[in-house]
Amino acid sequence: MSAPGKKQVHLAAQLPGIHNVTVWSDPRSESQIAIDSFVRLARTAERGKFDFFFLAEGLRLREHKGRVYELDVVGRPDNLTVLAALAAVTSRLGLAATVNATFNEPYEVARRLSTLDHLSGGRAAWNVVTSYDAFTGENFRRGGFLAEADRYDRAAEFLQVARLLWDSWSDGDVLAEGSEFVRAGVGQFVHSGRHFNISGRFTTPRGPQGRPVIIQSGESEVGREFAAAEADVIFSKYDRPADARPFYRDVKARLARHGRAEASLKIIPTATVVIADTDAEAAAYSAEISRGQVSPQTAIAHLEAIWGRDLSSYDPDGPLPEIDPEPESLVLKGHSTFRKGRAETAAKWRALAAERGLSIRELVIEVHGGHTFVGSPRTVADAIDHFVQTDGADGFVFVPHLTPGGLDDLVDRVVPLLQEKGVFRGDYSGTTLRDHLGLEAL
Amino acid sequence: MHLAVALDGAGWHPAAWRSRAGDLFSAGYWLDLVLEAERGHLDFVTIEDGLGLQTARFHRPDDRTDQVRGRLDAALVAAFVAPLTTHIGLVPTTDVTHTEPFHVATGIATLDHASNGRAGWRPQIASRAADASHFGRRTTPQLTDTDVLDPESIARRMRPLFAEAVDVVEVVRRLWDSWADDAEIRDVATGRFIDADRVRHIDFVGEHFSVKGPAITPRPPQGQPVVASLAHASTPFEFAAACSDVVFLTPHDGAGISRILAQVDDAVARFGRPLLRFADLVVFLDDTPGRKARLDALSGTEFTSDAAVFAGTPAALADLLVSWHAEGLDGFRLRPGALPHDLHAITRAVVPELQRRGAFRTSYDATTLRGHLRLPRPDRRLPI
Repeated sequence: MSAPGKKQVHLAAQLPGIHNVTVWSDPRSESQIAIDSFVRLARTAERGKFDFFFLAEGLRLREHKGRVYELDVVGRPDNLTVLAALAAVTSRLGLAATVNATFNEPYEVARRLSTLDHLSGGRAAWNVVTSYDAFTGENFRRGGFLAEADRYDRAAEFLQVARLLWDSWSDGDVLAEGSEFVRAGVGQFVHSGRHFNISGRFTTPRGPQGRPVIIQSGESEVGREFAAAEADVIFSKYDRPADARPFYRDVKARLARHGRAEASLKIIPTATVVIADTDAEAAAYSAEISRGQVSPQTAIAHLEAIWGRDLSSYDPDGPLPEIDPEPESLVLKGHSTFRKGRAETAAKWRALAAERGLSIRELVIEVHGGHTFVGSPRTVADAIDHFVQTDGADGFVFVPHLTPGGLDDLVDRVVPLLQEKGVFRGDYSGTTLRDHLGLEAL
Repeated sequence: MHLAVALDGAGWHPAAWRSRAGDLFSAGYWLDLVLEAERGHLDFVTIEDGLGLQTARFHRPDDRTDQVRGRLDAALVAAFVAPLTTHIGLVPTTDVTHTEPFHVATGIATLDHASNGRAGWRPQIASRAADASHFGRRTTPQLTDTDVLDPESIARRMRPLFAEAVDVVEVVRRLWDSWADDAEIRDVATGRFIDADRVRHIDFVGEHFSVKGPAITPRPPQGQPVVASLAHASTPFEFAAACSDVVFLTPHDGAGISRILAQVDDAVARFGRPLLRFADLVVFLDDTPGRKARLDALSGTEFTSDAAVFAGTPAALADLLVSWHAEGLDGFRLRPGALPHDLHAITRAVVPELQRRGAFRTSYDATTLRGHLRLPRPDRRLPI
């Protein structure tokens, strides 16, 4: 039963495959690409009554010093293809795909998302992202890249066109009666704008949700405004209450200007969780996982990414380099974390290492290896609930450190406590992702 | 012999939907069809697609409302049925004129992973110029009313798109080979998940586009998913010889088979490697005649097709398939006139008839599409 006056928590799960979250060296860590891994994670999320399962995207393998980066899990599927397969083995779980708006065209993206919505009975979502680098562009006909300001401009127009296409068929346009299969003129559309000049007829009838759920990520001013205008869900990187609350307040406050209710946009930070019988055991387990996530080689690679230099001769258990970063050179390509403000980051890292007496590896663990929620099931459930009730978030997208078993503890030990508290559904009450998120039907 | 079924809408007859095929836009409709094909131990199903609404005319859109209009993305339909089937090959059609080769390669590789080695791919050029306005990035040749009367005229007009499609398939194949099978090493001592020496850029530079690579997806279980193409004329024969593992041909009689096979052999000698040669047939299967005529009456015109049209008993079709097989064809892609009726007739009557004659498998002896087609898993081809 839901507790009166309390916000309901929304939960999602992400299969990693990016960065160093996945501890592939753990013997329990299985394939990143086998369909069985995806099926197991998705079924676990559905058993836990999660809102949705989410896949990130990267359209070029990262490169380190001119070679494919070797230290993290790598190799991922086409998101919509895997989610279509998962639609067959789940019945309620939302299915969210990251699809790039820079290296795709609206007609194709709209029909693929609409297809997923049909195949899943109304469970499709689209995380709209843009690409910032010519490095990724080298894999595409389109090539090149867009300046930062143009990225959102194109994405906004892309989304506008996708909506036009989804709305080009109405409910009930497929008649299949008498001698009429469809109503006359179905799918007609015309759009002319700065980025797209297209017209014709769309191939796919309106899906069960009308339009898929729209997710947006990004913390910049233009990103927040885009989300406030267009999105149903916003992912954020703010998994600490002190950063999360101002972001939450800021984004929710923007909604009224767009004529929207606060509940119409869910703010869901990315989070990690480490669970053990007691808080002390969980803290120790968290430290062990962090060491797995930041191997000695990973520590040096992250340092090199900030310093822009070859630091392979440095001891990961020794102090930070005396030499200064080279701000112009890019050692690690295709990794957004290391793209901007590297001189500033280096200064911060040095200060932190000096203050706490940290080695290179300890420092990288400190800055890149922490976990959002660490504790006993009770501690974690209380922390999740508190975070949400104090308006730091509407829920979380959890990134497990193990594939495919990494959601088990959360689902088996924490979800029941959230249900007991009356802040998380005991079972699905609707069939579509819009239902799960409490969004109005279109 | 090899046997496949071509799935499209309610079947290949324009009035097929009137015999209550079901909800063509539901997952269950497609799942039931593919499960039925798998019960018949067929080699694979193909699923038609296109980046424009269907039309009764080959080269221009129309405004008809009395035929099936609208479709789902074929590759995603194939992915949906993958975890609920175990043996049958899944061969979606994708456009190669307006799509990104990189995305197509990733999608089909993923289908191969999702089906544990049962993916195929039918690349298709955009022969309808109107489809280009859906993308607004290029124009493509407009076929004339005269062109469409002759497959060679169509092929001539489409030659630039076929040339570009050869590059697309080359890029896709190189991307599938860009990871070694053993690229993932999980070497804790050196902290390496993969060995970068086993993952290569493809560095494709062509007249129309360039693709750097490598793929974001590890090498598919089959190494190379099976590539199939439909061909009616010299240019598409050459495309098939250069790019495909399976070609779908459209002979209309026994004499047509030897003439077409000679043309294919010639293209193979000049451009390519051996090909499995399938004939396409539209089939209406009944113990008593008249159903095709009734469908024709509903649609107002006699149904004709690019492929031969067979209307008769399952036993008579089995006779025809056996005799055409003896002419040198490796298999057949049957296009059911109406779904699910003609599919059921194939799996429940034609297949048992062929099995009685020892002409078709009685159970699957492989789990991959390459296995069914007796195509060995290829080694990784590295750029020179």
